Amino acid sequence: VGTGPKDDLSAYRGIWVFAEWRQGAIHRVSFELLSAARKLADKKGVPCAAVLLGSDLDGVAPSLLEYGADTVYVIDHPNLAAFTDEAYADSLVALVREKKPEILLAGATTMGRSFIPRVAALLQTGLTADCTDLDISEDGLLLQTRPAFGGNVMATIICPNSRPQMATVRPRVMRPEKDARNGRIEKVDLPEEVFRSRVEVLEVIPEEDTTARLSEAEVIISGGRGLQKAENFRLVEELAQLMKGAVGASRSAVEEGWAPPSHQVGQTGQTVAPTLYMAVGISGAIQHIVGMQGSKVIVAVNKDPEAPIFDVASCGVVADLFEFIPAFIQRLKKEG
Amino acid sequence: MKIVVCIKQVPDAKNVRIDPNTHTLVRQGVESIINPFDLFAVEAALRLKDRHGAHVTAVTMGPPQAEEALRDVLGRGVDDAVLLSDRAFAGADTWATATALAAAIRKIGDVSLIFCGKQAIDGDTAQVGPELATILDIPYATFVKELDLDGPDHLKVVRRTDEGTEIWRLPMPALITVLREVGDPRVPSLKHKMRAKKASIPVWGIRDVGLEEDRVGLSGSYTQVVRVFSPPRRSDRVMLQGSVEEQVEQLYRYLKEAKVPGL
Ligand SMILES: Cc1cc2nc3c(=O)[nH]c(=O)nc-3n(C[C@H](O)[C@H](O)[C@H](O)COP(=O)(O)OP(=O)(O)OC[C@H]3O[C@@H](n4cnc5c(N)ncnc54)[C@H](O)[C@@H]3O)c2cc1C
Ligand SMILES: Cc1cc2nc3c(=O)[nH]c(=O)nc-3n(C[C@H](O)[C@H](O)[C@H](O)COP(=O)(O)OP(=O)(O)OC[C@H]3O[C@@H](n4cnc5c(N)ncnc54)[C@H](O)[C@@H]3O)c2cc1C
Repeated sequence: VGTGPKDDLSAYRGIWVFAEWRQGAIHRVSFELLSAARKLADKKGVPCAAVLLGSDLDGVAPSLLEYGADTVYVIDHPNLAAFTDEAYADSLVALVREKKPEILLAGATTMGRSFIPRVAALLQTGLTADCTDLDISEDGLLLQTRPAFGGNVMATIICPNSRPQMATVRPRVMRPEKDARNGRIEKVDLPEEVFRSRVEVLEVIPEEDTTARLSEAEVIISGGRGLQKAENFRLVEELAQLMKGAVGASRSAVEEGWAPPSHQVGQTGQTVAPTLYMAVGISGAIQHIVGMQGSKVIVAVNKDPEAPIFDVASCGVVADLFEFIPAFIQRLKKEG
Repeated sequence: MKIVVCIKQVPDAKNVRIDPNTHTLVRQGVESIINPFDLFAVEAALRLKDRHGAHVTAVTMGPPQAEEALRDVLGRGVDDAVLLSDRAFAGADTWATATALAAAIRKIGDVSLIFCGKQAIDGDTAQVGPELATILDIPYATFVKELDLDGPDHLKVVRRTDEGTEIWRLPMPALITVLREVGDPRVPSLKHKMRAKKASIPVWGIRDVGLEEDRVGLSGSYTQVVRVFSPPRRSDRVMLQGSVEEQVEQLYRYLKEAKVPGL
């Protein structure tokens, strides 16, 4: 039954989306979530709102109205210019306490997965991580479905006795759809203390190399030990560049020093779910598969037809990568 | 300086599956390992200890056999360990897990630094660390790949985000969740293994850490798992045939049809 606020659950109404604003733009996942929230709100017959946090936000909020928000709450404060868990969580919590939404959603980005657990803990409510499907049950509860055990198991989770019901949602699973309603923008004033943080942000260094931004890439070309040596890893990088994608690597490739650890995909690296994941010279050990099996299209290039990577591939290419990849690169160049 | 490392025993990923008849998780015969990220957390703590001196305590909440995991890290140089084990802890969600760990850390007392892994490879939520820090009312930093002390009571960390890297300074006590880059785990040494074998590991139940039944385990959880099932299997696999040139052409068309960007 929990130990949270015993106040009346029916006092909570409406579906909220945390709008992630970073480096001068709203993260795509926020539009995806807003579209999903709009549909859930219509199903329940309740309003749908976005909450935008940041600094110098003039002109940013209207785009959120286009994706179905009835209200966009704007929390604009200089202390929100750089992300800190405390200032972001504490100001969002203050607004939730005042307005009482019944559902609160955020992207399962590094930002969402970092500060949303603090929001849930301060509000003393449940939080479901990294959902890939959301629905409303017959009795009006949020049904939150998520992969666990590296994607080998799916679980549906509810939060029956505390509010709001909270979830982070995996990017690129829901589709952003424009759906403008005559929404309004509301600037929110909150007490100064909610913008404090004990953490000092000394430096924010954006990754300039786009082939390194795995979590945001629509295309990831990954290389494994099959590439044999560092020079050959260039093949993977060239293909990724040509397709405007990111470069991934198996742990073996990282251990060989062909790619930095931040590129590692898998259990002890990153979990990714791009539109296209292409595994080149990767055998498909379970520790690799759990990090990429959520990808939409999976192409495997391996000379061993028995390689386990083919079990999760949507398209299998049994070939010598040193023949296949250069030929495929030529084919792409011919088109472009 | 007192450091606590939170470690979790998890089923080895290879063997986890859903029973097609009962639609429940099959746990029988599944080997347990230490959550890989928690071995990195242990390593991060031991490196701080090597550099600056510290007393490192490992804590786990789990069934009696989780003691194995604690003996393993004692063998790597952790100073002592606590097992939180009680039937009442069973079925905890991340909030109830964090509540139990917070109570244990309060009982240990005077802790300057807490290490967690980035996430556990079974529950996969990455929520316990931030929730634990929030309950203890201390600052935290997630996704940390490098760290060191910065003066007597501050910590400087490098974190990796979706957009790049960030450098933060935190006052201690603080909690850190770590990535693989903090360092590969050292192997157990003979000397520490001997000590680990003989070490007595206290087992704390809910009363020992001052909690009541309704705050822990299933009854202290806000979330409930109502269904587990196997992910839909891919039924759409195609294997390309023919010469390399033919395969290249087929893949090109396949990706066009799938509307993959970047072509
Ligand atoms: C606790 C733990 C955590 C781990 N975490 C991760 C993780 O996060 N990510 C990860 O990737 N691994 C991880 N691993 C390691 C994992 O188990 C595998 O060892 C690793 O993924 C293998 O990498 P690989 O596929 O590149 O190499 P290999 O298994 O050596 O495979 C190379 C493949 O290349 C193919 N090949 C060779 N030459 C050619 C050619 N000319 N043309 C086409 N194909 C060719 C071969 O047929 C083979 O299938 C982890 C292991 C443990 C124990
Ligand atoms: C299929 C499934 C789905 C689930 N989904 C959710 C969900 O969405 N939300 C939710 O609240 N709960 C969920 N749970 C429950 C959750 O797995 C447990 O609460 C678990 O005890 C902690 O969560 P985690 O495994 O995700 O750990 P994480 O939060 O990923 O672990 C992070 C770190 O916390 C520390 N830690 C975690 N557990 C322990 C422990 N027992 N002892 C010591 N240190 C520990 C470790 O340092 C670890 O690296 C789910 C459980 C199952 C079986």
